[in-house]
Amino acid sequence: MSRSDFVRHMGSGGSAIYGAPSQWQKLHMDFPLLVLLVLLAGVGLFVLYSASGQSAHYVNRQLVYYGVGLVVMLVTAQIPPRILERWGALPYLGGVLLLVGVLFFGVGAKGAQRWLEIGGFRFQPSEILKIAVPLMLAQYLGKRALPPNFKHVFFALIFIGVPPVLVVLQPDLGTAILIGISGFFVLFLAGLPKRYLGFAGLAATVVLPLMWFYVLHDYQKQRILTMFNPEADKLGSGWNIIQSTIAIGSGGIHGKGWMQGTQSQLDFLPESHTDFIIAVFAEEFGLIGVTLLVGLFLLIIIRCVIICLRAQSMFGRLLAGSITLTFFVYIFVNMGMVSGILPVVGVPLPLVSYGGTSIVTLMLGFGMLMSISTERKRSI
Amino acid sequence: MKQGCLQLQSFSMNDDHALKNPLLETRLFVARLLFAVLVVVLLSGVLVWRYYHLQVARHEGFVTLSDRNRVLVEPAPPTRGLIFDRNGVLLADNRPSFNLSIVAERANDLEALLDEVEGLIGISDTQRERFYKQLKRRRRPYEPVPLRLDLSEREQGILAVNEYHLPGVEVTVQLLRNYPFGKELAHVLGYVGRINDQEIQELDPVRYSGTLVVGKTGLEKYYEGELLGEVGYQTVETNARGRVMRHLERTDPVPGKDLHLYLDSRLQHVIYEALGEERGAVVAIEIASGGVLAMGSAPTFDTNEFVTGISFDNYDALLNSPDRPLFDRVLQGQYPPGSTVKPLYGLAALESGTINSDHRIYDPGFYQLKNEERKYRDWKKGGHGNKIYLRDAIVQSCDTFFYDVGVRMTIDTLSIYGTRFGLGRKTGIDMPTERAGIMPSRAWKRGAKGLAWYPGDTVNTSIGQGFTLATPMQLAVATARMASRGEMRSPQLVRKQHAVSPPAGRIQATDSHWNYIHQAMQDVVHNRRGTAQGINRGLNYHMAGKTGTAQVIGMKQDEEYDVEMVAKRNRDHALFIAFAPVENPRIAVSVIIENGEHGSSAAAPVARKVIDAFMEYYPEPEGVADESE
Repeated sequence: MSRSDFVRHMGSGGSAIYGAPSQWQKLHMDFPLLVLLVLLAGVGLFVLYSASGQSAHYVNRQLVYYGVGLVVMLVTAQIPPRILERWGALPYLGGVLLLVGVLFFGVGAKGAQRWLEIGGFRFQPSEILKIAVPLMLAQYLGKRALPPNFKHVFFALIFIGVPPVLVVLQPDLGTAILIGISGFFVLFLAGLPKRYLGFAGLAATVVLPLMWFYVLHDYQKQRILTMFNPEADKLGSGWNIIQSTIAIGSGGIHGKGWMQGTQSQLDFLPESHTDFIIAVFAEEFGLIGVTLLVGLFLLIIIRCVIICLRAQSMFGRLLAGSITLTFFVYIFVNMGMVSGILPVVGVPLPLVSYGGTSIVTLMLGFGMLMSISTERKRSI
Repeated sequence: MKQGCLQLQSFSMNDDHALKNPLLETRLFVARLLFAVLVVVLLSGVLVWRYYHLQVARHEGFVTLSDRNRVLVEPAPPTRGLIFDRNGVLLADNRPSFNLSIVAERANDLEALLDEVEGLIGISDTQRERFYKQLKRRRRPYEPVPLRLDLSEREQGILAVNEYHLPGVEVTVQLLRNYPFGKELAHVLGYVGRINDQEIQELDPVRYSGTLVVGKTGLEKYYEGELLGEVGYQTVETNARGRVMRHLERTDPVPGKDLHLYLDSRLQHVIYEALGEERGAVVAIEIASGGVLAMGSAPTFDTNEFVTGISFDNYDALLNSPDRPLFDRVLQGQYPPGSTVKPLYGLAALESGTINSDHRIYDPGFYQLKNEERKYRDWKKGGHGNKIYLRDAIVQSCDTFFYDVGVRMTIDTLSIYGTRFGLGRKTGIDMPTERAGIMPSRAWKRGAKGLAWYPGDTVNTSIGQGFTLATPMQLAVATARMASRGEMRSPQLVRKQHAVSPPAGRIQATDSHWNYIHQAMQDVVHNRRGTAQGINRGLNYHMAGKTGTAQVIGMKQDEEYDVEMVAKRNRDHALFIAFAPVENPRIAVSVIIENGEHGSSAAAPVARKVIDAFMEYYPEPEGVADESE
């Protein structure tokens, strides 16, 4: 079995399902994924309308964000994966430079410098890294023989490690961890030998306590402590968690009905339209709604996994796989923190929470997935 | 296969561009991806399990918490009852007051916020202290705690302009007690004040929920239960900031009962003006009902200051003033009644058969007990002379006559009659604090002093000196009983029903004896030898009266006073009792001017002013006694 046989086999398998390239394929769109994403966005708008206290303002702006996200996805999808692969290191290098810039020229609030301001336009360079790190890793490992040898693992870890360290200094531990995870997923999918995993686990048990004492800021420690005992500080940091669990719990199986959630409608729930929007959803639509929503998320992930499996190159597989798994991590962390099983780290619920940055970043990732999904047989 | 992979890997250890094995790599990737998908599914299961746990297993508990969050039972305090005088003039009402309250939970830095507010509209240390005290005992979160009551319009404006950068500051409206007559009725109405730490232990927390004040003195205290009303409730849905979003159900509060007094605010004003700068007390009683027409104690104070919380400095000033403005002299001031008891003991002498109206004495200016050297002097040097009858003894206030008659009657008779006229007993007026005075007797002296009664004690007692002490209210009551020929009524401030209730008892005496005493008392005012003849000019009705002078010796004096002040404060108290018109008495009055020296000059004119005003306002008897709606 020659490798070209294999590639050809996979490729013909793909076209056997789709037949001739459809209109969507010409647009480099994966139709099922697009439908699922639009569905999710639709659900998001409904919840947002309720969570924002029937605010047309928020809904309109969110619509604009979705529109921008869609355009970003469409544009990104048109970039062939091999171009992404060739220039994959550029966003990474740029991103790291910007992160260094943040440390010196950044602006921010509440003791954290996370923003760069250029010509009156504010943005968070750490968001770029959420995509740039897997891109960098995928292009680095994709062309190497896998599983990666020690040297490649070593360099991969450096690539993964530098941005989170810079982000931690801002300080923004949550984002740092998410960036690190998105890079780690590439390494994992590329076949990181199991002994490294074991070593990583060992290292974590050593590093985590050290981080507690030397890296974590007080407010971060507070968040973690709050998770274990929200009652200790009812009106302070525990308030969010107490109120969100009350919202979720009081929703019951069927929920209180759309726009009937007393916790959110009466403002007991802080950040109800951003990070804590799932609590509004759970309160108003109950366990049934939550299960359906998780189901919708899983459908999206399954579609993404299919795209991964059909990808024409190892670069595409690794990048798509990492984006998919990171997408799930956002969901898990967000739903976990709101329901009180994870510390509050400020991760929005993908495509549901209000906020342009998160939507655009996610749609950029999905654009790459679309690009990978519609890549034609690659000539090597 | 795996073996081959490892060999391949070791073979290409240092080669970045080692030959890729797509099949092997794809399989490895697929295996890893599927493993990851497995983990994703498992973690999704964890999420759903967690939400199941919250939404199904612990659902009930969270529903309760959610309801407790949003549904609040808010007390609806009742409106305090109003107080009217006999003519429907408002004496105490409720006016809206704009208060500055703080929602501590919404303030970022409470101390800094208070400082900022202080910079804007000023907050005293007292107010700050009170605020923190109340903050500690408040119950539900997001409940506004009052910081400053009764903001002026200007202060409201300042707060409104600055509200946007003062999170936690709220201006609330609340009804506040208002006393239109302030000083004039201070001791009668009393005042309401903020419920203090001690009271909060004693008061029913349910009845007083939402109510900030409680009656502290006077009628406000005595009729607290009726004035308060019944608290109502409303269950409201609130948002997280405590703002009421929706009213769910409401039980209306029942407003407190209004009080209608016998008191006439115009007469009260006459008393206030007549007392002027003096220290003293005046009581006027409607004889037919026992209703208090007016009662004033001077100096006085403005009760409105207490409603919003008087400052410690101002309170100290009132408390420590040598003139004791907070002290209600009408009910708590105990003075030797002096000669004002003479008509009473005169009646006792006639009624007990000790003497008859023909009895007369020679007054050399002093009296001596048998076998005793000591001379008990008459106030008039040289005495009142020969042929002094009981009438003369009352009109000219002859002490010697009463020394003699008193000793003959014995203390027992004096005590019985004194007690019947209300001396030595609380009058039973509807006020929270009243003192009983002293009507001495053998039993009293044994009990209080552990000593036997001496004849000399009787001598002193018979002219209202010695141990005898009476409040101005008691003297007015005794005068009313004298005027009504023995109808024993308790004085009343609040008119309970419109019909006049019959007297509780009657002092039995022969009509001719009543007439005799009444005539003597009329002569005190109208006869040219009467001690109060100075006030009879222009009188167009008949007034009966009796002057009195009470020695101050033995009264507690503060040592810090300067000499002149001590001298003034050692002067005798001036007393006067009166009723009018003699033919059909309708009003009884008692007056005490502290250190006024002579009842005739200091006290009698005050009584005249009061009775004149009364006769002007109520020329017809029906107007007072049978006033009906």
